Amino acid sequence: MKKVGILGFQGAFLEHEQAVRRLGHEPLVVRYPGELEEIDGLILPGGESTTMGKLLNRTGMMEPLREKIKSGMPVWGTCAGMILLAKELENDPVVHLGVMDIAVRRNAYGSQIDSFSTRGVIPAISTKELEMVFIRAPYITKVGSEVEVLYELDGHVVAAREGNMLVTSFHPELTENTSCLEYFLTMFPEN
Amino acid sequence: MMEKYELNKNLAQMLKGGVIMDVTNVEQAKIAEAAGACAVMALERVPSDIRRDGGVARMSDPRMIKEIKKAVSIPVMAKVRIGHFVEAQILEAIGIDFIDESEVLTPADDLYHVDKTTFKVPFVCGCRNLGEALRRIGEGAAMIRTKGEAGTGNVVEAVRHMRQLTNDMRQVQAAPVEALMSIAKEMGAPYDLVKYVHDNGKLPVVNFAAGGIATPADAALMMQLGCEGVFVGSGIFKSGDPAKRARAIVLATTYYNDPVKLAELSEDLGEAMSGLEISKLENKYAERGW
Repeated sequence: MKKVGILGFQGAFLEHEQAVRRLGHEPLVVRYPGELEEIDGLILPGGESTTMGKLLNRTGMMEPLREKIKSGMPVWGTCAGMILLAKELENDPVVHLGVMDIAVRRNAYGSQIDSFSTRGVIPAISTKELEMVFIRAPYITKVGSEVEVLYELDGHVVAAREGNMLVTSFHPELTENTSCLEYFLTMFPEN
Repeated sequence: MMEKYELNKNLAQMLKGGVIMDVTNVEQAKIAEAAGACAVMALERVPSDIRRDGGVARMSDPRMIKEIKKAVSIPVMAKVRIGHFVEAQILEAIGIDFIDESEVLTPADDLYHVDKTTFKVPFVCGCRNLGEALRRIGEGAAMIRTKGEAGTGNVVEAVRHMRQLTNDMRQVQAAPVEALMSIAKEMGAPYDLVKYVHDNGKLPVVNFAAGGIATPADAALMMQLGCEGVFVGSGIFKSGDPAKRARAIVLATTYYNDPVKLAELSEDLGEAMSGLEISKLENKYAERGW
């Protein structure tokens, strides 16, 4: 059983917490820097990236989290989480954790009226089709040489991995399908 | 394929644990975003000014809303009068992220609310109890907020409405299945939604608190009472140090269960907005809505 942290500043962290529990692992909603020591990996949930970025700074969590990720802790960013991890934001001068070698465009699809869902197979994650929900979603516009592209939609990268870091533009936690979370759990070191 | 309504409920899920702040211009919108607001509500006058000025309060100038939309990256909401579906059409046309069909503005229809199912853009609506919440959800609201009493800086009505909603839900959950139709009739709520609450013990959409929240402690109070985020209207920009108070309320909404942290956050915030006694009000906005 793994202890999976979910950053609990703001956003849809409860949905991730329930999914982790459904798969028989132990979730921990993380709000304090010290809690980073208790977890095997961390999910950065969907929500507002500006809100979460500011709270990372104000709570003193930014630096210890960055170090944890650099030293190999598995981390998965969904939507806003992807923005927090990116080294470059195309339409925003403020970079947050800046650990993953990707450039990201925020609100890439437009406002809420342009939110959508679609289905597709992400071979690295599952042979089965999964539903991908995009809510005012970002996408990746540039990837570094170490980044593995997991899925492209209409020519834009919406899922990628670089070592211990996984990002998805969409929200698997809003659907019943847990294959993305199962894939993320394979990134955890054994014991 | 997910229906538009599901996607709209999902956007509300992304706002959870956050603070939505009323702003009246670009400068305030930037202060709100910098403080960590998860969305802003663009309007020409905050509720306490609407209360003071009187007269008919309407949808804000689309130009002002567009300017705010351009100035921030977080979602922008705006208000329409109850039942004024053309104001809603206008806001949808300018690409607003969320429409608040709000009792703070002067109602345009004294019988009906907007049929929200005909819109692509999501709606949030106010409620005082479960029946009202389920009527609005039945009409297509993707998010609910308890009404409280806007523009008063007095949290008592927000607490009353939140407690009422929670009590109603407990009652529905505990009731035997055969009682649900009578409950639906008494509450004036759609049966299938009453059944949903019975089966799940919660609303099918996200619920925030609004109306009278003025301090970090107020925000934490509402969170501890079970809401999923807060709207702060006049409470921020009618206070002595809006930026500082806004930051403190954002943190208080995250750390609502941590009294030590809340004590720190509540220090040196300057003057809070002056509050109003509910019994002395000429207009109770919460009574608007059918």
